Amino acid sequence: MAAGAIEGGASAGVGADGRVLAPFGRRRAAVVANEPTGGYRLFSAADAVGPLPRAGQFYMLASERGWGGGGDRPYLPRAFSVADATRDDRGVRLSFLLEDVGPGTAALARVEAGDGLLLTGPLGRGFSSPDELNPDASGAILVGGGIGLAPLALWRRELGSRGIPERSLLGFRDRAHSGGMELFRCSEVRLASEDGHAGHRGYVTDLLAVMLEGDGAAGAAVYACGPPTMLEAVRALCEARGVEAELAMESPMACGFGACFGCAMPLRGGGYMRLCVDGPVVRTAAVETALVAGAGHR
Amino acid sequence: MSGPVDLCGLPLAHPIINASGTFDAIAARRAFGDAVLERFPFSAYVSKTITPGARAGNPPPRLWEEPAAMVNSIGLPNKGVEGFLTTDLPQLAELPVPLIVSVMATSAEEFATMIVAVAERDEVAAIELNLSCPNVRSGLIVGEQPAESRGLLEALRPLTPKPLIVKLTPNVVDPAAVGAAAVEGGADALSLINTLKSSPLAPSGEPWLGAGSGGLSGPAVRTIALKQVADVVATTSVPVIGMGGVERGCHARDLLAAGATIVAVGTASFRDPLAAERILAELGSPATSHE
Repeated sequence: MAAGAIEGGASAGVGADGRVLAPFGRRRAAVVANEPTGGYRLFSAADAVGPLPRAGQFYMLASERGWGGGGDRPYLPRAFSVADATRDDRGVRLSFLLEDVGPGTAALARVEAGDGLLLTGPLGRGFSSPDELNPDASGAILVGGGIGLAPLALWRRELGSRGIPERSLLGFRDRAHSGGMELFRCSEVRLASEDGHAGHRGYVTDLLAVMLEGDGAAGAAVYACGPPTMLEAVRALCEARGVEAELAMESPMACGFGACFGCAMPLRGGGYMRLCVDGPVVRTAAVETALVAGAGHR
Repeated sequence: MSGPVDLCGLPLAHPIINASGTFDAIAARRAFGDAVLERFPFSAYVSKTITPGARAGNPPPRLWEEPAAMVNSIGLPNKGVEGFLTTDLPQLAELPVPLIVSVMATSAEEFATMIVAVAERDEVAAIELNLSCPNVRSGLIVGEQPAESRGLLEALRPLTPKPLIVKLTPNVVDPAAVGAAAVEGGADALSLINTLKSSPLAPSGEPWLGAGSGGLSGPAVRTIALKQVADVVATTSVPVIGMGGVERGCHARDLLAAGATIVAVGTASFRDPLAAERILAELGSPATSHE
């Protein structure tokens, strides 16, 4: 349990599995910033009553303006991993990384300081500590692809506050699909880009493969978030090397709290989990594949 | 309009309940803790539909968003009646409101077995019959056929004194005829509307949903619900639970004015787990009006 995670608003509490409980119901937070970062946007809101989330948890978000009001999409809220969370005199400042890819993200990309952000959260279960994944873990390896670096940024800060060493590998498609690097300031980061504009020309999983060579696998605990194809490559690589890993996954979901049963993720051995309440952080051993059907509906 | 109400002898604190399958009280406690019990927004709780055996549900994708609506194709994942009674019911019994269990089966015999097993539990106040499944003998969707619905209710009615509520589908020419037949067979109350059959397509033109098609819900269906509730109320004297696209107090008021005894909130709870609490407050406020 991260120190400070159980502080927070009146309704803050911790569930049996260590997740930080959300205040019941949707609430309004005030947008305090929305800035471009590379090809993405980083926006922040002041959550006056909510608790500090754990890294890997997520929020269901909707902008107060332009969301379903005109009878058009977006109608449902959108799930976002929290990229940063700090306590200040206005409550908890929550930051989210956004890529404008559809009507929901377009509405959120337009929010300005002072606007209302309707949110429910923190939701889901976050990352497990490295020693829970691997008793011999010498630290954490964080592998991010594109905006998937968001939950890893908060995880990096939590690990740092606990004195656990961490190395980060971040990959981007190209310059237009990159950003959020300021969240990894003062961190050991290795970069990969498919177009070669930054770091290794190729995939971030190339960097991971090198890191897990030789004795690298024995002390490794891997945490990954990114597009499904990248997560599947990480999963397969870790499985081949016998490395425990957790994947922060996403799926279309209507509610985020287990009501709609929309975010079904096939389990190894049959059946489904609900990514919202049983994830979004998933142990690789629990799934056959990280390729989630339906991830393309924005 | 927002005060206590009687539903088939069940005293309810107010007229807002949940639609089956739109609020998982057990999962909600995992996310929100005991605040769910302390501030439970519904005056009765309707379970997700249970079936005789366990079901994993449909392959994903299971959701699609439309303007002012969503399409779901979940496929009734549940533990089966035995798993429900053993695992879920004790947890649902902790809710501070009467419990209505939604059941579905593919034959009168299966329905009968489930009704007996569920109704004998003291924690269960009433049973809702989900009739959107085919009868394995006739191949007909029970809830789409007045005669099938009447016959099923005649078979089930003697099995329990507890209220039997029949959930009506909107996917028929005349829902009121099905409702009237169910009441003739012995139904104590009717609830409507269920989702509207819907087939979203991926950009490729292929079916988007893993199961091919699903059901549409949300604000887009509100006026359909209003019409069908009014039609059903006009042909029956039993209580009617009205639902479909209720997002605000005025929408609940419209269904009550159309003759519904109580109103269920469904898809709106996905957007805000406490939507029902707000809707009730708006219903009780004289200032509430249509925008």
